[in-house]
Amino acid sequence: MNRYLVPICASLGAIGFVLTIWMIFNSTPTQVDYQTDEGHVFLSGSSLFFNQKIFYYHVPHAFMLFAAVATSGIASILFLTKRVQKWDDIALATAEVAAVFGAVVLVTGSIWAKVAWDRWWIWEKRLTMSLLLWLTLIGYVLVRRFAGASADRLASGMAVFAMITLPFIYFMVGADDSHPQAGPDGNVATQDPRMRPTFYLSVLTFLLWFVALAAARIRGVRMEREVRELRERGLDAGVLA
Amino acid sequence: MTVIGQALRVAGKDLRIELRSREILYTMAFFGALLAVVDAFVFPANAKLARAAAPGMLWVAIAFAGTIGLGRAFDRERENDTMRALLLTPVPRLAVFLGKAAAMTVLVLSVSLVCVPLLSLLLDVPLVEHPPLALALLLGAIGFSVTGSVFSAALLKVRSRDVLLPVILYPLLIPLFVAGTSATAALLEIPRNDDKLWYWIGFLGIYDLAFLVVSVWIFESMVIE
Repeated sequence: MNRYLVPICASLGAIGFVLTIWMIFNSTPTQVDYQTDEGHVFLSGSSLFFNQKIFYYHVPHAFMLFAAVATSGIASILFLTKRVQKWDDIALATAEVAAVFGAVVLVTGSIWAKVAWDRWWIWEKRLTMSLLLWLTLIGYVLVRRFAGASADRLASGMAVFAMITLPFIYFMVGADDSHPQAGPDGNVATQDPRMRPTFYLSVLTFLLWFVALAAARIRGVRMEREVRELRERGLDAGVLA
Repeated sequence: MTVIGQALRVAGKDLRIELRSREILYTMAFFGALLAVVDAFVFPANAKLARAAAPGMLWVAIAFAGTIGLGRAFDRERENDTMRALLLTPVPRLAVFLGKAAAMTVLVLSVSLVCVPLLSLLLDVPLVEHPPLALALLLGAIGFSVTGSVFSAALLKVRSRDVLLPVILYPLLIPLFVAGTSATAALLEIPRNDDKLWYWIGFLGIYDLAFLVVSVWIFESMVIE
């Protein structure tokens, strides 16, 4: 992996971070609200007002959560079938990053829900799935930390199981999906064209941030593993006490 | 001998060991009974509330007692390193796995045999009068044992296996417990809600099938000595 990747992505992300904050408060409309009418969600009214601005953080983080989880899942399957350590490093690093992004999604979502629905949490489809996904990620990270030598196999098995659990969680939650979502008219949350530049820049910023974090973590995980392997070889050869 | 025959031999071996000491059976069943009693104390003795809470109590008792049983059942294979011997026997790994899961299913079912009458007695909820509950419990026990056996076997050599088992297992099993609880709740509705009941029993069946297929595939790559 190119050694400039992390600094470049991180600094571009930092610039984007400052820029998006400025744009969120200066170039996006404030009077946005969700109303439901016969199953369709559209924008109008003003009760969300300023609080809607958390959208520019919440949604990009959710995108990155899914990107990270998908990367981790695919890497886990590749590790189980090919047994190449590289895939396991990627699976672990992206799962850790996914856990961080997932925490941000849940916290920002909860703040938004308090304003939009007057409750911190409801057991709605999308929320339940995100929460259980996040819990599985935390379990995954715990296994990697505390399961010792067989942690890689155990964790990749867990990732595969988690993937087949997801559709069951979807059908398990009977309640309607009242979460604001993309509809036939495009993403409902960006229907106002004035929101789009800020939103897209925000997604790009967090994508860069995600790539920087994941690349740095993958390198860290690989180094940890190499040190461990060297130490084992040293012990085997009798060089280390 | 077919794989099924071999699996039955493995299950028979496990159950024979268990029947000689009855250690897991007694401790699991007693723990399940204790949970039922604790539930009866901590929840208000209100007939309506009890009816709403009883399905949840039943499945929580099964989950907790089942986890204890799983840990103990696989500890037994670890103590004398018999898991290695078992994996070295000239039968497919599939048979070993299926046998282990089948024996575990029997143990989990025996816990529910204690919990169901006790809960329905202590909380005055008519759980015993509904035969479809047995089907839901059987499917629940199969799903729990299949997934639990894979991870218990993989955790065998791990030092902190006792805490890691529920950490891994519960997020994956939440759909199973929700389906079981919902099916039981459908039974307790007045009048009985058959549509809901069979939806959740079907859900349990598909869940078991999917997890069984993946477990069979994963077991070999996860449990290597």
